[in-house]
Amino acid sequence: MSKTTPDATGTPPAGDEDLGAAGSQLSTAPEDTLNMPSLGVIGWVRWFWRQLTSMRVALLLLLLLSLGAIPGSLIPQSGTDETKVADFRKNNPTLGDLYDKLGLFHVYSSVWFSAIYILLFVSLIGCIIPRTWQFVGQLRGRPPGAPQAPDPTAAYTTWRTETEPEQVREAALALLKKRRFRAHLAGDAVAAEKGYLREVGNLAFHIALIVMLIAFAWGQLFKMEGNKLIVEGGGFSNTLTQYDDFKSGSLFTADDLDPFSFNLKDFQGTYEKSGPNRGTARTFQADVTYSLGAYGKSKKTIIKVNEPLEIGDSKVYLTAHGYAPVITVRDGKGNVVYHDAVPLLPLDSNITSSGVVKVMDGYRDPQGKREQLGFEAFFLPTYTPGNEVSSTFPALGNPVLNLAGYYGDLGVDAGVPQSVYQLDKTHLKPFKNGKGQQRENLRPGETMTLPNGAGSITYESTEEWANFQVTRQPGSGWALAGAIAAIFGLAGSLFIQRRRVWVRAVRGDDGITVVEMAGLGRSESAKVPEELGALADALYDQAPGAPEPDEDSTETPNPQAVPAERPGK
Amino acid sequence: MKKGGSTAVLERPKVVVRAAAGQRDVPDGPGAHGGDEQGDLYGRIAVSLTVLAFLIELAGVIARAASVERAPWGNMYEFNITFSTVAVGVYLTLLALKKNVRWMGLFLITSVLLDLGIAVTVLYTASDQLVPALHSYWLYIHVSTAILCGAVFYVGAVTTILYLFKDSYESKLAGGGKPGKFATSFLERLPASASLDKFSYRVNAAVFPLWTFTIIAGAIWAGDAWGRYWGWDPKETWAFITWVAYACYLHARATAGWKGRKAAYLALIAFGCWLFNYYGVNIFVSGKHSYAGV
Ligand code: HEM
Repeated sequence: MSKTTPDATGTPPAGDEDLGAAGSQLSTAPEDTLNMPSLGVIGWVRWFWRQLTSMRVALLLLLLLSLGAIPGSLIPQSGTDETKVADFRKNNPTLGDLYDKLGLFHVYSSVWFSAIYILLFVSLIGCIIPRTWQFVGQLRGRPPGAPQAPDPTAAYTTWRTETEPEQVREAALALLKKRRFRAHLAGDAVAAEKGYLREVGNLAFHIALIVMLIAFAWGQLFKMEGNKLIVEGGGFSNTLTQYDDFKSGSLFTADDLDPFSFNLKDFQGTYEKSGPNRGTARTFQADVTYSLGAYGKSKKTIIKVNEPLEIGDSKVYLTAHGYAPVITVRDGKGNVVYHDAVPLLPLDSNITSSGVVKVMDGYRDPQGKREQLGFEAFFLPTYTPGNEVSSTFPALGNPVLNLAGYYGDLGVDAGVPQSVYQLDKTHLKPFKNGKGQQRENLRPGETMTLPNGAGSITYESTEEWANFQVTRQPGSGWALAGAIAAIFGLAGSLFIQRRRVWVRAVRGDDGITVVEMAGLGRSESAKVPEELGALADALYDQAPGAPEPDEDSTETPNPQAVPAERPGK
Repeated sequence: MKKGGSTAVLERPKVVVRAAAGQRDVPDGPGAHGGDEQGDLYGRIAVSLTVLAFLIELAGVIARAASVERAPWGNMYEFNITFSTVAVGVYLTLLALKKNVRWMGLFLITSVLLDLGIAVTVLYTASDQLVPALHSYWLYIHVSTAILCGAVFYVGAVTTILYLFKDSYESKLAGGGKPGKFATSFLERLPASASLDKFSYRVNAAVFPLWTFTIIAGAIWAGDAWGRYWGWDPKETWAFITWVAYACYLHARATAGWKGRKAAYLALIAFGCWLFNYYGVNIFVSGKHSYAGV
């Protein structure tokens, strides 16, 4: 074999082929063939299958998978952020259309991305099955006998001894078995092998990948995810209509909802008062009572940010919280037309919040005409004079509610769904006082009187609300099991060496026994020669070296004369 | 080889190994000191100073952690100082394990200094707070292993780059060319390209299972904090891409027989993905990973 560098010629270094027959079974990795098929449909199908399950194509598909995942991380995805996608479409209409056609707004469920990973996993299965059979065959069979000409890449040693060849072989067999090699006598040599766990690990890893993929796909098809905002004292029962918003996988049906209900008794948020962590949540938890089924016994529990409540297959997460000022609205005659806690949405980490109060019906203006009222609310849980636009601390230190009222038509009857956090002001007029629009800061218990006897609005007290996300993601247990198996399989596959050792002992023409030992690992590793050295040392103790033959005895070739060169070279 | 006398104590059998066919049989260089005694002394002084610098930097990281009252990886400044400390720690650990890696010092320390420079100028952020979603012990597991993996991958990448240089140098020599004086004085001291190649493979392969674990720990944490274990958030996606890229590299070496330069390019691409996940995603892409604050 000529010594060309692999890179210069572009051909892969011959490592694998060089292992030759002796090394061929050290791995179950298939060989690559690029032969064109002979004619015929079956020939083509076969060819296609062979290509698909070849290592070259597996590598290509892996590369494609990582390339294909990139656009999804750079282009907004409808699965994660619908509004960003809409923005992008508005700003780049042509590009948006193109992206739409290519499925780039939902890369991970697009046809082409699915095609890549499905092909990859078909290839994987096509690879695992034959490899498993082959491996089982290797386990049932015996390590191959010693090659006549030792492999040039093998570690090698030899010496001469006066011990009988049979005794040497027996000693070698016992020694190798003691070191947990699978060893047997084949002809004039002992053949042994160790490190089968490498292959087990490798197969386990690839099978675990399949388990993970199936679990993931299963989870995508049957998952559900819904959000519900609850004010302290409020409750929820797990039916579709109760959710504020709801998403589910394509095979999920409403019957799959776990029957349970829960009430939010109290939300507690306490915050660090000073130091660099001022404002950081110290406790952030919801005290709830819940019950399973229609008539289940109710139980108490606490839900925290990283500690969801598990009911049946569902998990209830605490995802957000905020304040809900209790508002009372009266008409000109003093009748209460509205009384409720109004959840406001936080705008920053100090829970500066905003929202609206909508009085839909029951209100009549001073002339007795039916009318609707709307109020814009802006809330600072801790108001510091001088800072009118944002709260300075997340807790209720010095709460102030800023209100501005409107009257007219809220537009809620137009049939178009409307946000509960925004006012449609097209048919609304602001309440005005001498200085323009009336806008006042209220503290708990204070009342703002509307101009011209239109009534009043009172900020009674403050409740807190919490947002709960209910999710069901079947298959996650399998995904986790697969992941753990993958790690252990991988570790076995990467850290365990599979290697072979041969010990040949034959009587030379001069009656002295020649011992030859060779060790071969699949991957280049310093461990194989080291181990061989240790084995040779141990065997040498039982078959000590014989004196060298006389220098002038020329009839017998001396194996030690050229230790670096071996037969076959 | 002892000969003759029948009573002479014979040597123990010697194991001979030869380079695999197709590989150059080039011995390792002597190391940065170039076989010179004084050079070796300088090398020892440099390593001692590195240990000192490491201890000081470690103290800096611990002081920062004490000042913010949490683990020091809440933003990119903290991540950078922690990362470079761990990278030097990995290097010193390899030295302590008597691995032949002293040659790496120059490149590693240069880039660590660069990293620290960026950290204290561009990325500096005053002590601040963590959002509640970052309170979970899975976070500590996930981020600490991510930093360790990054540091080890980094050591692998430095070796891979040096391998590429050394390999072209050896090719040139083998082809009868004469490399420049500077290149020679520099590259002849490095280990043989085959040794560098092997070392970078070992480093990358050794840490790959830990990287797999890091991603899984992240998924478990995401499951607890956000209600789904995998959601194709940009950071998650790039962790996945990095993982697949390293899997490609291992595959290429284990099965496709792509040793040498081609595998080296794959390894560098994979490390590029890791870097992008860290810098690029934080700077150019917005996602749920809130420590992304630059
Ligand atoms: C889903 C994507 C895949 C990933 C992430 C993956 C990952 C890996 C990794 C990390 C190794 C290195 C372990 C080692 O060095 O022993 C490996 C080895 C291997 N993989 Fe894959 N693999 C994938 C798909 C495939 C496919 C499709 C095939 C078959 C066509 C395959 C066949 C093999 C073989 C034969 C080995 C080497 C076994 C040996 O060293 O004896 N893998 N794989």
